Amino acid sequence: MTLSVRSVTVILVLLGLALVPPIASWVDQGYYTVLFARMLIMSIAAIALNLILGFGGMVSFGHAAFLGVGGYVAGIFIFHYFEDGAEWMGNGYVQLAATIVASALVALFIGAICLRTRGVYFIMITLAFGQMLFFVAVGLEIYGGDDGLSLYTRSEFPGLFDLNDRTTLYYVSYGTMLACLLVSWRLINSRFGMVLRGARLNDRRMKAIGFPTYPYRLVAFVISGVMTGIAGFLLANQTDFVSPSMMHWTKSGDLIIIVVLGGMGTLFGPLFGTIAYLLLEDILPSITESWQLFFGPMLILVVLFARGGIDSLLGPRSRPDD
Amino acid sequence: MNWLLLFEQILNGIQLGLLLFLLAAGLTLIFGIMDLVNLAHGSLYMMGAYFAYSFAGWTDSFVIGVLLALPATLLLGIVVEVVALRTLYDRNHLDQVLATFGLILFFNELVRIIWGPAGLDLPLPDFLNTSVEILPGIPYPTYRLAVIAVGLLVALFLYLLVARTRIGMLIRAGASNREMVGALGVDIKLLYTIVFGLGAALAGLAGMMAAPILTVEVGMGERILIDTFVVIVIGGIGSIRGAFLAALIIGLIDTVGRSILPDLLNLMLPQAAASTAAPALSSMLTYVLMALVLAIRPAGLFPPRGA
Repeated sequence: MTLSVRSVTVILVLLGLALVPPIASWVDQGYYTVLFARMLIMSIAAIALNLILGFGGMVSFGHAAFLGVGGYVAGIFIFHYFEDGAEWMGNGYVQLAATIVASALVALFIGAICLRTRGVYFIMITLAFGQMLFFVAVGLEIYGGDDGLSLYTRSEFPGLFDLNDRTTLYYVSYGTMLACLLVSWRLINSRFGMVLRGARLNDRRMKAIGFPTYPYRLVAFVISGVMTGIAGFLLANQTDFVSPSMMHWTKSGDLIIIVVLGGMGTLFGPLFGTIAYLLLEDILPSITESWQLFFGPMLILVVLFARGGIDSLLGPRSRPDD
Repeated sequence: MNWLLLFEQILNGIQLGLLLFLLAAGLTLIFGIMDLVNLAHGSLYMMGAYFAYSFAGWTDSFVIGVLLALPATLLLGIVVEVVALRTLYDRNHLDQVLATFGLILFFNELVRIIWGPAGLDLPLPDFLNTSVEILPGIPYPTYRLAVIAVGLLVALFLYLLVARTRIGMLIRAGASNREMVGALGVDIKLLYTIVFGLGAALAGLAGMMAAPILTVEVGMGERILIDTFVVIVIGGIGSIRGAFLAALIIGLIDTVGRSILPDLLNLMLPQAAASTAAPALSSMLTYVLMALVLAIRPAGLFPPRGA
């Protein structure tokens, strides 16, 4: 059995990511653990967005809002645990459960309305909902309003792990990312995923052959929202800080860029895209202060000439579906 | 509630609405005719403001500065269309969103290099920097009245252009059915460039007029861009009439909402809850309205005929 270029790359990338903390502590550059942890967390959000954007054709321009929902749940729980001594709110299991419930409910509400619209209108209405939640966060004055909220401690999962440890946080993010990859893989190859992909290619035809596509798309939207919420929960723990800026609409734009850069509608594309994007974001400013002057046009060129993103560099896909 | 204050807020709302209309008119045409999602429209608004700042500084005259900045933005719009956007027309919306997002980054950085990161103030000439007593006891800034007047004039000009001229006829035809217009032998490329240039000039004009009221700064375009999207989506993409009405509705709701919502909430909620909810709720009002409109009429209030 010979491995394709793609399989080798994926294995190398996953292995490499698993080895970041020991290597970083070996060369005494703890900064890299932080950078790559951020990369893993953002890739969870990108995988989530890719599920609806790449496979479902839903261009959600407000996905950063779910990062905010997850982040604020963590932030608010830890805030009350710390300020009011509410013991149960310091429990990581409770925080995670609350994150999942909150982001599922928000996604259900937003999705139910947005999925009634199509095309540009869908882009715009998700943008509007994202902005709405952004302003909700700005208005939360007890939780810092515009200035955001610092987390005095991180989530602890008694008996399992404690995110206060940098390496633990890294491997928890790593595991969550793998789990999300697995979930996406299982989903898109299931009957559910077939309906979702069919609805992207030709919604009317799917309906004509007897699939009510709306509930399928809505469920996909909710799953994606929950995954992104979990990413937000981890992000808040990683940065020890939540603020409205993490749900700014440009963050939603960044997520879309990441997915397209990596190759939308591919399993590993979002992971590649996140690594490339965050590395560029880390390296370019050290070359020139006005890096966005080059980054912007580069983005245009990627859109114009490199349709399949990074994933397409690894050879043709085994089963193209469009 | 103070009725005089409310009256002043209504005037402010109309003024904001007309500014939004200048942006929305161009954007809705670009959307409707070229089927192009142009996130960089806000950048043209920003460039208009910066051009006006520089030209006004060089010529020592606000009016001449604006008169020079207007063709400059028009030219810039045409250059952007020819260089970057022309290839995007037959791409899907996602590609357009990304490419024009890239343009935003480019323009923001360009402005930061040329004019520096700090916000700039465009001073008003003396004859506009006064106030008029519009009703006994209510002074209102002359400049804001001038903005309202210019906005209404431009709206009238656009109406005449679109409803009464040959090029307007082509624009309307393009908004209803692009392929058919092209098939009938109209130089659709030229039409696209003209429409984009016009849209750019209108966005620039809005930027110039907003410059003395706000600060000229990087990122000013993005803030108003989102509101402009709300306007064109509520109005129905491609419809200038819809954009005009929706812009006024949004301008009024945003401005008046911000001033009366705290009082309204005070009547319904306890003081503490009201004072926390009011600022968030008033910033959300326009988006709530958009969500409501789209939930009930997914194609906006005034979808153009035939689209």
